[in-house]
Amino acid sequence: MTVTPNHRANNDDTVDQSQLSDEVKLRLLQEMLYARRFEERCYEAYVERKIGGFLHLYSGEEACAHGVLEAARPGEDYVITGYRDHIHAIKCGTDPRAVMAELFAKETGCSKGRGGSMHLFDAEHHFMGGYALVGGPFPLAVGMAKAIKLRRSDEIAICFLGDAANNQGTFHESMNMAKVWNLPILFVCENNLYGIGTRIERSTAVTDQYKRAAAYDIPAQQTDGQDLDKVYAAARVAVDHVRSGNGPYFLELMTYRYRGHSMSDSNAYRDAEEEKVWQGRDPIDLWKERLINQGLITAETFKSMDHEIIESIEDDVIAFAESSPEPAVSELEKYVLAENDPYVTGGK
Amino acid sequence: MAELMYWEAIRRAHDEEMAHDPLVIAMGEDIGIAGGTYKATQGLFEKYGSERIIDTPISENGYTGLGIGASFLGVRPIIEIMSVNFAWLATDQIVNTAAKVRYMSGGQLEAPVVIRSPGGTAHQLGAQHSARMEKVFMGIAGLRVVTPSSPKQAYGLLKSAVRCNDPVFINEHELMYNLKGDVPDEEFFLPLEGSTVAREGTDITLFGYNISTHWCLQAATELSREHGIEAEVIDLYALNPLDAEGIARSLRKTHRALIVEEAEAPVGVGSEVMAIINENCFFELDAAPRRVSAANVPIPYNHSLEKAAIPNVKDVVSAVLATFGLSN
Repeated sequence: MTVTPNHRANNDDTVDQSQLSDEVKLRLLQEMLYARRFEERCYEAYVERKIGGFLHLYSGEEACAHGVLEAARPGEDYVITGYRDHIHAIKCGTDPRAVMAELFAKETGCSKGRGGSMHLFDAEHHFMGGYALVGGPFPLAVGMAKAIKLRRSDEIAICFLGDAANNQGTFHESMNMAKVWNLPILFVCENNLYGIGTRIERSTAVTDQYKRAAAYDIPAQQTDGQDLDKVYAAARVAVDHVRSGNGPYFLELMTYRYRGHSMSDSNAYRDAEEEKVWQGRDPIDLWKERLINQGLITAETFKSMDHEIIESIEDDVIAFAESSPEPAVSELEKYVLAENDPYVTGGK
Repeated sequence: MAELMYWEAIRRAHDEEMAHDPLVIAMGEDIGIAGGTYKATQGLFEKYGSERIIDTPISENGYTGLGIGASFLGVRPIIEIMSVNFAWLATDQIVNTAAKVRYMSGGQLEAPVVIRSPGGTAHQLGAQHSARMEKVFMGIAGLRVVTPSSPKQAYGLLKSAVRCNDPVFINEHELMYNLKGDVPDEEFFLPLEGSTVAREGTDITLFGYNISTHWCLQAATELSREHGIEAEVIDLYALNPLDAEGIARSLRKTHRALIVEEAEAPVGVGSEVMAIINENCFFELDAAPRRVSAANVPIPYNHSLEKAAIPNVKDVVSAVLATFGLSN
C-alpha cells in the first residue's frame, strides 16, 4: 500500500498473503487486545490517582510493536524505546504485573518503583529501557549494536521512537555512526503524526520519515502501521536485512495514537474528522475482522477473549500491583552507585 | 620505577586494560590513526585495530551515548572528549543516561563508561576551548569524578575507572600532558574516592586538585622559605564524592583553610569544600576559610587578560598571608 502524502489514513485493506500461521494470528489478536485493555486500565488507574507522574499510552499503535517484534526475537534482541513503553516491554516478555506494579510505584515493579511509566526496564528480557529525553535512545541503541558486533553474537538492536525524535541531533549522529560502522540495528519510526501537540508538517521539513534515511544511505521502507500483516511483512525484510550483517535499516510505520501525548494533554489540537478516520482503521478491529473473514474466530469468541482479558487484568495484574509493597524509604539511596565495588577502593 | 609523562601514563593504562579485557574499547575524535590529540592512545590503533580503537565522527553527544549504550551490554568504553568544552554537548547522555540508568532501572542496568577530557586554560585558546566543567559533573548523583594531578594518578585512576562499574568522568588538563613523574613499573590501581596529603604541614591547609595542586605545592615552598608558614597541601583527586573526612582531618590539625581552583568561584569546588568545612569542623577554624579562583568571566583570548583571569602561585601566597592577617 502507499501512504498518501498528507498522511491521511488509507482504507486499502487488501493483503497479498499473510506470512503468519493461524496459531500466531490468534495469539497476536489476543496480545494486541491485551495491550489495549492494559492501557485503558492504566488510564483508569491514573484518573483514580493510583498512577502518578506522566503517563503516555500506546492505544491505536498496537500493530507496530507487535508486528515488528513478532518478526524479531523478543527477549533476545535488545530493544530500547522512549517513554511510551509499556507495550514494548510486555511484548519483550516483561510480566504485565511487574509493569503495572511499576506504574503503581511498587517495589515489585520492573524498575523497583524507581523508574515509573517512562522508565520501564527488564534486563533479563533484554528490554533496555524507556527513556524520557526525546531522541535520547538513538545513540544508546547504536551502542548496543556496537556491543553485539564486538561480541560476535547474532542478536540485533531495535530502537522504537516516534517521528518527532527524528528532529533531534541524536537521530542524525546515530544514523551516521550506524552506517559508518555497519552496525546491526533496526530503527523503527512509529509515525503517529504528532510531536506532543504539533502536527508533523508544522515541525518537520520532510514529512515522510523514511526519506530521511536516504541521507545516510540506509535502506528504508514506509508501511501502514495499522495493518499487522503489513507491519510483519515489512519487519521481516528489515530484521532479516539487519541480522544478516547488512547494517542498519529504517522502518517507518504510519500510525496514530488515540489518547493525547500524555495524560496532561487536552488533545485539543487534533481534528475530530481526522480522529474518526483513524479510528476507522483501528489495528485491532482490522485484525479481528480479518480473522473472522478467514474463519479463525467468531465475533462471539472474540467477545469472550476480551472478557477474559479484562478479568485477568483486574484479578491478576491490578490485584498484584495494589497489594505489592512500596519501596522502603530506608533504601532511598540504593542503586545510585555500584555496591562494594572493589575498584572504588583501589582494587582492594 | 619509570619516569613517565602524564600522557604516557594514560597510554599505558589504556594498553594494559585493553590487553586485559577484549571488551575494553577506546573511542573519540582522532584517537586512532592520528594517535590522539594528546597522544593518550598513540600506537594503540595499530595494536588493537579499528573495532576497538575507534575514530569517531565529531558528534560528542552521539558517540558518548553510543559508548554508554555499549556499556549496558558489558563493553567498557574509554571515551575521550578532546576538550571538556565539547563535553557540554554530551551532558545529556552523561547526566541523563549514564548517571541515572542504574537508579531508574532499579539496579538492573549499569553504565561502566570512562569519559576522559582535558579542561582548563592553556595558551590563548579562547573562551570555548579554555573553560572547566568539573563543577557541573561533581554535582551529579551517580557519576564519579576524579582529576589526576600526576602521571601516577593519571595511570592508577584510569585503571580503576575502567574496572569500576560506575560511570567515571576523568578531568585532565591540557597543560599537564607533558608533566613528568614516577610511576611504579608493576600494575596498580588507585582508589576513586578519598584525597592525598601532597605535603605535610601544620599551619594552614591548602586544598588543590589537578593543576591547582601544583600551585599549592609551589606556594607552600615559598611560604615556608619566606614566611615560616608550614602549609599542608591536600590533593582532592576525587571531586565526586569529595573526601569530607580527609578535609576535616587536616583542618583539625591546621585550623585554617584555603581552597585553590582554576575555575571561577560560583558553585564550584571551593564553595563545596567550604560547605563541608562548615558542616564538619566549623569550630576547628581559627580564621575564615578563603578561596582562590578564576575571575568570573569567559576566558579571554588576549594573553594579558587570560593571565589575569586565572589564579597563580602569587595569588595563593597572598591569600594565605591574608588568612594570617599578614600581607606581602
